[in-house]
Amino acid sequence: MTTTGPATNSEALVRVDNLHVEFRTEAGIVNAVNALSYEVREGETVAILGESGSGKSVSAQAIMGIIDSPPGFISQGTIEYRGNDLLKMSEADRRSVRGENIAMVFQDALSALNPVFTVGWQIAEMFRRHRGASKKDARKETIALLNRVRIPAAEERIDSYPHEFSGGMRQRVMIAMGIALSPDVLIADEPTTALDVTVQAQIMDLLSELQQETGMGLVLITHDLGVVAEVADRVVVMYAGREVEKAEINALFASPRHPYTAGLMQSIPRPDISLDRLEPIQGSPPDLLRIPSGCAFHPRCPHVQDICRKEVPALRSLEREPDRLSACHFAEEVFQ
Amino acid sequence: MTTSTTAPILSVKNLVKHFPITQGIILRRQVGTVKAVDGVSFDLCPGETLGLVGESGCGKSTTARTILRLEKATGGHAEYEGRDIFAMSSREVRALRRQIQVIFQDPYASLNPRMTVGDIVSEGWVIHRGVVPKDKRRARVQELLELVGLNPNHINRYAHQFSGGQRQRIGIGIARALALEPKVIVADEPVSALDVSVQAQVVNLLEDLQKELGLSYLFIAHDLSVVRHICDRVAVMYLGRIAEIGTIQEVYERTGHPYTSALLSAVPVPDPQRRSTHNRILLEGDVPSPASPPSGCRFRTRCWKVTDRCAEEVPELIDRGADHPVDCHYPETPAVTG
Repeated sequence: MTTTGPATNSEALVRVDNLHVEFRTEAGIVNAVNALSYEVREGETVAILGESGSGKSVSAQAIMGIIDSPPGFISQGTIEYRGNDLLKMSEADRRSVRGENIAMVFQDALSALNPVFTVGWQIAEMFRRHRGASKKDARKETIALLNRVRIPAAEERIDSYPHEFSGGMRQRVMIAMGIALSPDVLIADEPTTALDVTVQAQIMDLLSELQQETGMGLVLITHDLGVVAEVADRVVVMYAGREVEKAEINALFASPRHPYTAGLMQSIPRPDISLDRLEPIQGSPPDLLRIPSGCAFHPRCPHVQDICRKEVPALRSLEREPDRLSACHFAEEVFQ
Repeated sequence: MTTSTTAPILSVKNLVKHFPITQGIILRRQVGTVKAVDGVSFDLCPGETLGLVGESGCGKSTTARTILRLEKATGGHAEYEGRDIFAMSSREVRALRRQIQVIFQDPYASLNPRMTVGDIVSEGWVIHRGVVPKDKRRARVQELLELVGLNPNHINRYAHQFSGGQRQRIGIGIARALALEPKVIVADEPVSALDVSVQAQVVNLLEDLQKELGLSYLFIAHDLSVVRHICDRVAVMYLGRIAEIGTIQEVYERTGHPYTSALLSAVPVPDPQRRSTHNRILLEGDVPSPASPPSGCRFRTRCWKVTDRCAEEVPELIDRGADHPVDCHYPETPAVTG
């Protein structure tokens, strides 16, 4: 974001500023996240939209402090929680933020849960570790929590193992663990991608209900434009590790201001309208070891010019629309 | 079931596939049955795309596998160009599998990393020797690569050597299927694993190939947006049975089965303006186990229109006009009288 410096907005719960994450691999340095900035306020849903390799998940892992290091390193930038830089904290302080203040729900609940412990034990562990609760109290709280995420017969299900749950119920368990310690911010990384569409609707419904109850900020990481349109307040569109567009939800869908965002919107089939033909974006997302020079989107862009191959466009507000942010050299010319 | 006068190329009637649940290692005994497919009927006409949609475990892939005789059918009939598939000799089955080719979901897992693109695409000719003479094979592989939008000079590459390889890998899978000059392609979730920007390219490619080669597609998918776009007709499956079947317009705009209504209403619409007007039907609970499906109508345990009759009587897939049979005692659209 262009506004750096002292915390101008006191409501921001989490503020990511100029974040760079790189992976030092044998094949070379992979710049997974490049100059990403955004903030989440109370009760707000921010969607990070991108395809595979866009850096959307890595940026969330950076906030949680769970990037495998090595090979992953945060090479630049700050991540603040209520004004405190998480990257300068001791590991012990960091650990208390994780779960208590910022929590995360993962995509693949089956691999995120430990198969040899009951789900009740795994959730209750959070109360025992973070709150020093007794076994009995932790169990009581866990049952209440399972009821809250609407797992039927919670008193019995608490002693089941992860594999005994259906995909949707497992994702509810993940969400229960996420909200167990009443965090201010919940990061959900593709929480419904592996789920069937009717189950996805149930989970998204649960998330927004919990958000309304608790007022937590939600960071939703997804590739699905439909899901974004249903729940997000603001959107950060990422491509090849960079933010290419940032906008309020209605503005983004009404008039995208980056050729990549526009291309995505034209390439998806609709459930509600019959389209004659899809207009795909040509080519494929780039290999992060070989990110194209200049604007990373230039080999696929229908509006490419010489400068796009040479200069990396900065995210900037547009001349006539100062509230719109786009990282395209020709955002004004292309979208008139 | 079809309005056209042309005979269906593939016709399935009352297809049943049950898997035994066994217990014990030495003395195996059957303790139950998973009713994966339990009475499925549909026709696929030449040049048409029939979507088979439903959520995981509804039996859509098992239906396709059984038709291809990759599973032994428990009951029912399947005919290819009027010939009984389940009565075919192994030699005839081999010929059948040339006519009906499959494109799988995960292009990475279905490609052998030790084979070059040329080897992969031409592998089918090792079995089906007569399709292309040996001296023409290399040129034919290059033609096929070009047909699916790949660089014909990449014939000696390995799949992993393609950068940003999703599009290339699915392309190789499609070229491989086309190498045997099939009439029918069974596409099992062909675009589900692809990035959004790549998915549209593959959908367009499948449409172009169909037009050019006159192929029929059986398109198995869970994404109702893609199905609406690519299919002519669609069969919605729930717990091993077809809930309703009809043209895209009929099923999407005059939905008959409550399950289809719930399914369609759950699909997120990429338009934030529609958030408030979008009436979502949220289904309670999970799909019951196919090992002990509910009596009567299989959807009754989650249906908001349920009555006593639904528990007692199994509904039949009845056409109430408009060539749009619905497997429900109380379909949403009123019956066409007369």
